[in-house]
Amino acid sequence: MFAYIVKRLLAGLVVVVLISMAVFALFWFGPESPARPVCESKTGGKCTEERLANFEESLGYNNPIYEEYGKYVKGVFVGRELTVGTQKIDCDAPCLGYSFKNNTLVWDDLVKRMPATVSVAAGGAFLYLALGIPIGVAAARRRGSLTDKVLVSTFLVVSSVPYYLFALLAWIYCTLVFEIPVLGSSGYTPFTDNPWKWATGLLLPWLCLGLFGCTQYTRYTRGAMVEALSEDYIRTAKAKGLPASTVVYRHGLRSALVPVVTVFGIDLGVLLAGTIFTEKIFEIQGIGLWGLNAVGAKDLQVVAATALFGAVVMVVSNLLVDLVYSVLDPRVRLS
Amino acid sequence: MTERDATRDELVPEEQTTLEPEPVLVPEVPSFDKLAEQANTATELDLSRGSVLEVDNLKMYFPVKSGGLIRRKIGDVQAVDGISFEVQHGGSLGLVGESGCGKSTTGRLITRLYTPTGGRILFEDKDMAEMSNRELKPMRRQVQMIFQDPYTSLNPRHTVGSIIGAPLEVHKVVPKDKILPRVQELLEVVGLNPEHYNRYPNEFSGGQRQRIGIARALTLNPRLLVADEPVSALDVSIQAQVINLLQDIQKEFDVAFLFIAHDLAVVRHFCPEIAVMYLGKIVEIGDRDSIYGNAHHPYTQALLSAVPDIKQAAIGGRRERIRLQGDVPSPINPPSGCRFRTRCPIAQEICAKHEPPLLQIGKRHKVACHFPGPIGHHPDTPVTAPLLGTDAYGSPDPGATPSPAITNKPGYDDTWFDLDAKTLGRA
Amino acid sequence: MTQTSTPSTRLDTDDFLVVENLTVEFPTPDGPVRAVNDLSYSVGLGQTLGIVGESGSGKSVSSMAVLGLHDMQRTKITGSIRVGGQEIIGLDESGMRKIRGNSAAMIFQDALAALHPFYRVGAQLAEAYVVHHPSASKRDARRKAIEMLDRVGIPQPDKRVDDFPHQFSGGMRQRAMIAMGLINDPSLLIADEPTTALDVTVQAQILDLLQDLQREFNSAVIIITHDLGVVAEMADEVLVMYAGRCVEYGACKELLTHPEMPYTWGLLSSIPDVTADTNARLIPIPGNPPSLLDPPSGCSFHPRCAHTDKVPGALCATTLPELLPGGRGTSHLKRCHLANPDEVFAREVLAEIAPDMVEETSDDRA
Repeated sequence: MFAYIVKRLLAGLVVVVLISMAVFALFWFGPESPARPVCESKTGGKCTEERLANFEESLGYNNPIYEEYGKYVKGVFVGRELTVGTQKIDCDAPCLGYSFKNNTLVWDDLVKRMPATVSVAAGGAFLYLALGIPIGVAAARRRGSLTDKVLVSTFLVVSSVPYYLFALLAWIYCTLVFEIPVLGSSGYTPFTDNPWKWATGLLLPWLCLGLFGCTQYTRYTRGAMVEALSEDYIRTAKAKGLPASTVVYRHGLRSALVPVVTVFGIDLGVLLAGTIFTEKIFEIQGIGLWGLNAVGAKDLQVVAATALFGAVVMVVSNLLVDLVYSVLDPRVRLS
Repeated sequence: MTERDATRDELVPEEQTTLEPEPVLVPEVPSFDKLAEQANTATELDLSRGSVLEVDNLKMYFPVKSGGLIRRKIGDVQAVDGISFEVQHGGSLGLVGESGCGKSTTGRLITRLYTPTGGRILFEDKDMAEMSNRELKPMRRQVQMIFQDPYTSLNPRHTVGSIIGAPLEVHKVVPKDKILPRVQELLEVVGLNPEHYNRYPNEFSGGQRQRIGIARALTLNPRLLVADEPVSALDVSIQAQVINLLQDIQKEFDVAFLFIAHDLAVVRHFCPEIAVMYLGKIVEIGDRDSIYGNAHHPYTQALLSAVPDIKQAAIGGRRERIRLQGDVPSPINPPSGCRFRTRCPIAQEICAKHEPPLLQIGKRHKVACHFPGPIGHHPDTPVTAPLLGTDAYGSPDPGATPSPAITNKPGYDDTWFDLDAKTLGRA
Repeated sequence: MTQTSTPSTRLDTDDFLVVENLTVEFPTPDGPVRAVNDLSYSVGLGQTLGIVGESGSGKSVSSMAVLGLHDMQRTKITGSIRVGGQEIIGLDESGMRKIRGNSAAMIFQDALAALHPFYRVGAQLAEAYVVHHPSASKRDARRKAIEMLDRVGIPQPDKRVDDFPHQFSGGMRQRAMIAMGLINDPSLLIADEPTTALDVTVQAQILDLLQDLQREFNSAVIIITHDLGVVAEMADEVLVMYAGRCVEYGACKELLTHPEMPYTWGLLSSIPDVTADTNARLIPIPGNPPSLLDPPSGCSFHPRCAHTDKVPGALCATTLPELLPGGRGTSHLKRCHLANPDEVFAREVLAEIAPDMVEETSDDRA
């Protein structure tokens, strides 16, 4: 078990390194000098060839790529000294670089924005399961009935609407049109500042994410349940004289959860890596919005950091899925 | 509909999955005497033409890897461990044994789906064991396989015609425009409507799909067919149809069979020669009368006594069973000496020390047991001890030398070990 | 032969299970399917009934009805099933639950699929015990589980009780399944293909075990199988099913030595025997089992029957034969128009499938 986790983490590290290399190389060999946006920003749009050359020199773009990548990796693990314009800035490990746009260290921004994203993701993910699984089970138990058909087709309609449209409409109607109390005042307040405002401000984003995402989970759960309920061991459980609820939940749902958990792990990773639409629409200063703005501003260090962060989250959540998997299904042996 | 519903399984017979039930080419049921005339009796042994396949000391070990960071090889599954046998030209050898005995692995070795760890596979005197894929290509025309499961062994997206015709295209044996007539001819041979070449496997019932599998195997006119449990997935009434078909094919196309099955009664009917396997070894091999009428190995005897016997039960009572205790041991770490000894009712000390040689004890009868004999008449002392150069307890006997007569080669000698005289050389 | 023992309908009060005119119908997208049609049988305590048939014959469907395991909303069941005198057709779910696993238990084929892969064997046994013994403590239930595992011959039951099903061998899983079925000491045990997926030596072990247990518990047993060999060894009475109907019913020995229905002959002639004469022919039943969506007219077996030429006119194709006693006493029923089945069997069939038996049988008849 331990050896397995170590092995998986090592493999994950390789993935993360490869992704960081790829991101690094993409910027380096891009059509435009990576120093240009910095130059434009710092000179107020008067970036001459000469100034650009200066920036390229000071940002290290004239050095060989492996040397700069080496510095970057060194920064992540032990910290480094950054040259920004004429000043030198100490960047402690883990150093992910400097955002010229915000004039901050990337790591500091990441840490600052993480709670917002985690808050959004946690609430959304909770609703995925809290709504999706019971509805899925109910539909599977009544499969073929009118309830089942109505549920399935309603959810199909909901999930065929683009998510950003769904969230945007929710926001417009709750906030602008009907000014619904609580729901209408979305926004992020740190939990430590005011737990009540934290919860009420996030309620609408949570509901949007949850209602939209749970349609998928209803579908997965329904499918997995229908299959589980047709297994031989369900017939055995019935033949023992167990009550229907025990048969469905203890024997059926337990097996049906396995495929649902797999999808959930990946979705959780996606949510944690930043919910771009949600953060944009509800103006939540999370990692998704941060990354989005950085792309617009060509703030390359930030873009690289979000990509790296996403990769780490995916590696970890995949590992967690496999661990949970082995707990749920005793036949799975981790090796 | 992916759900597997118990009631549905039971109530929807195979035919209901077919869009239009495909009639077997017997539109009207013949009267019983006609039906009986078409049916076959048990296949007879014909030794006149020599062997088409010789398997000599064949081994297949699958490595077992450890868990942990570095996966070391920690052992082998000795799936097949030094077996030797012959299959006669146009004859059939039955390979029987319980699950895990290595009979299916043997089939896959003969068709070279696996590359053996050791030993030789002589097909018409050419050794296939170490051939490269390119060298094997012409051989594969000669040796074909029929699989157990008629549901999964046919590609559902291909028409029956392209499934049966594929080998012709791959091996480029006939021009493109001759493929269809050949396919139709084959469909007719296996009792299907030749006009149905453009249908898909799911339009056929289980028995009919097995016929398609047989037609595919016959496409290239093979000399040897390896049939791995060809009827065990079929309904009882369909099993007899397929066995009769295989017997007809054997006669008409002069093809030899390696017939792998766990059903001892079916093997008895189809195969005039039988090899009994246990944990990767052949424990007894011989002609039908030797194995079914005169078995000398306690495992063969236990297997036979475990088969429910309708006739016996119908007349009154049932035969006394030899109850085997426990389960088959793991092939990763098989018992020392004789592999059957842990479950053997007559095992003694020597059995743990020495593996019994496969000793010829009759004209066409070999047995691997230190105490070979009919039920209730196993000898008290190991007949093999003098041959192995040991005393009765398996300890080395300084006065004796191992006999050169102990070999592990395929086929039978003209002289053999006489169990009554306990000496070699009787013809 | 026992000609006077029981009347043809066999409605002894001793019979623990009495099934009368049972019909089970399922709606399918292609129309209703009558999986079981007018089936009647009974089993007494200490007796074993073998139900033989191929896939789609209705043999499993009929016995699942005994435990009410069908989806009641989708299934139409008529007739009467009395378990220990209690009518269970129309019984509500909670009443049904009291019977299931308690006075009537079922064991299934393929124990690997029939046991839950995620729960320990012991826990699954204990669950079956506790549901009918609500006052039992966890420890009682565990002790009972170990006791039952020991009874069915699982070595070191106190250790193996904590194994998962996949850690058991095939034979041990089937033993555990049997232990679970018997844990509440049921008076009726239905074994649905209990040995189908097992090797012969293991099958022999399991069949022996079932017989020992039946003697010990004195329960009524139904064995459902496609294997006449299993029936021959286990059953006191045999019921042969074809296309949802009983086509032959009688005492085991009687039915196997003097079968009177061509389908039974076909079953006998299409399986080889380990001791058969090598001159015996393996005579298949032509064609395929019928579709229940569109069952044949008249006798369901007539499209595959090789003996219709011995029945005058087109009777076989037009008229469904009644299940009636043939020429061998009232306890041996058959559904066939043949006037002299016993004679046809001895003269035509036996000569081909067991030439060595012809002598013996004619002696027997004389």
